[in-house]
Amino acid sequence: MDEHLQSAVDALKERFAAQVSEFRGEVSLILVPECIVDACRALHDEFSFELLSEETAVDYWPQETPRFHVVYRVRSLRDNLILGLRVPLNGITPVIPSIVEVYKNANWFERELWDMFGIRAEGHPDLRRILMPYDWEGHPLRKDYPLGYEEVAFSFNQKEIDDRKPFAKE
Amino acid sequence: MDQQSAATLSEASLDEIKHLVSNRAIEGDTVLLNMGPQHPSTHGVLRLLLELDGETVINVIPDVGYLHTGIEKNMEAKTYTKAAVMTDRIDYLNTVGNNLVYCLAVEKLADLDVPPRAQAIRVILTELQRIASHLVWLGTHALDLGAMSVFLYCFREREFILDILEMCSGQRMMGTYIRPGGLWRDVPVEFEAAVRNFLKIFPARIDEYDALLTKNAIFLVRTQKIGVLSPEDALSWGVTGPPLRGSGVAHDLRKSQPYSGYEQYDFIVPTRTEGDTYARYMVRMEEMRQSVRIVQQAIDKLPYGPVRSNNRKYVSPPRAELATSMEAVIHHFKLWTEGFTPPKGSVYAAVESPRGELGVYLESDGSPKPYRVHWRTPSFVNMQILPLISKGVLVADLVALIGTIDIVLGDVDR
Repeated sequence: MDEHLQSAVDALKERFAAQVSEFRGEVSLILVPECIVDACRALHDEFSFELLSEETAVDYWPQETPRFHVVYRVRSLRDNLILGLRVPLNGITPVIPSIVEVYKNANWFERELWDMFGIRAEGHPDLRRILMPYDWEGHPLRKDYPLGYEEVAFSFNQKEIDDRKPFAKE
Repeated sequence: MDQQSAATLSEASLDEIKHLVSNRAIEGDTVLLNMGPQHPSTHGVLRLLLELDGETVINVIPDVGYLHTGIEKNMEAKTYTKAAVMTDRIDYLNTVGNNLVYCLAVEKLADLDVPPRAQAIRVILTELQRIASHLVWLGTHALDLGAMSVFLYCFREREFILDILEMCSGQRMMGTYIRPGGLWRDVPVEFEAAVRNFLKIFPARIDEYDALLTKNAIFLVRTQKIGVLSPEDALSWGVTGPPLRGSGVAHDLRKSQPYSGYEQYDFIVPTRTEGDTYARYMVRMEEMRQSVRIVQQAIDKLPYGPVRSNNRKYVSPPRAELATSMEAVIHHFKLWTEGFTPPKGSVYAAVESPRGELGVYLESDGSPKPYRVHWRTPSFVNMQILPLISKGVLVADLVALIGTIDIVLGDVDR
């Protein structure tokens, strides 16, 4: 591990009790939700991780609890480093503190997080759906949300299926 | 409109978007105007809600998602090989680059080696694609500012590149030519001559665009000091690519984290310090010249050899082997029915697309299908600076600003 990265990882380990994992040369820190804002601020201000590259989530339903992992990736241009952060979250309506204060471009990432996974970013200035229509029901990237399909209609159940369809009625 | 259809067509209620506009709009002092989603200068299905004071833009509220196709969800239901076909459809002006970043992620996950010839061909094609993407940007950007002829010249040269892509993969745009572990097949014999022909013609054509625009008085007035983005704002909004380099930050993943052998090629990362629309124009023009240099070097020392990894657990054997080897038949059958199973874990791979950092977060649970794919697309992130840089400009300049960020709506909405 690069020495600058090592010092950042050590500091976060000590201050926020982060766990370190490494896979294929990529370093990730596992943090608890309460300290994500402080951890991001420390990375941004002290270790010059200026860019937030991505923020997304993974749904491990039904195999694992905690169900969600929110994944962040921050990049330092000065030291040419990249660092991943993971925050496990549980529950059907999980909440994570928003990091918009630290990285402004988290704004749309967190709107997407809400839209696709139903993870609320607390303290977000404008938490609306971003990609799906505003009146959409459900959060499509959750694992319990089925990929859309058409039910096979026969003459005896055609009306029943037709009544259930939200759109595209003949 | 009768009561019922009004109910089904209702937009988000005013209370929900009240906090996005200024108080003057609520009092009726300024005008709220809808722009798009079907509008020639929004470069796709982008909808903007404009708050205007006369002709001055007070606020811009982008509304995206009209081209959302659920590619991330669909990729979870396909094997790694089949999911590669969907990658082209994300950023339809950078199809080869999308293939490349997905394949880099799969190769990192599976720890696959790619032969040098395949890497060199990948570099040649992604750089040609970068030129093609910049040509579309230049043509439409100039068109937005009233210069019709540039558009026609740019699309003329773009055809050369699409012909080369068609020569390789059979498709002009959605080729899926780059596959995990290498390429679909080797390039045809006429490939080298076609690329050399393009390299011979193209530098003089860039000079032509230069002559048309760079010192054009109207173009200068429309672009200089319009949409100024400071380096601090660019970094805090996570902007990458030409907008970041136009603000003076020399960040390019091809230099800082080289992939596919970019470290072998000699090129510079052009930057400008002004941060305005003209600076971003100059950066992209210079990038096209640098891409020509890279392609020239790559084609000059294009190595011979295989174009696919010989790891049979991930890459299917050559057709000829199927007639003689039982193992080859088994591998072929397994790979095209079940697919391959990379180890459990997650990786992030990123490349420098024409628009900025294009990244793929790939998570595997050890099954033949990706458990989660996230596309970190440059347009989605860069688009967020539009309200920032368009405060106080005229409506006509807003059109220039949409063009200068160089968004592709397929890339924003995925």
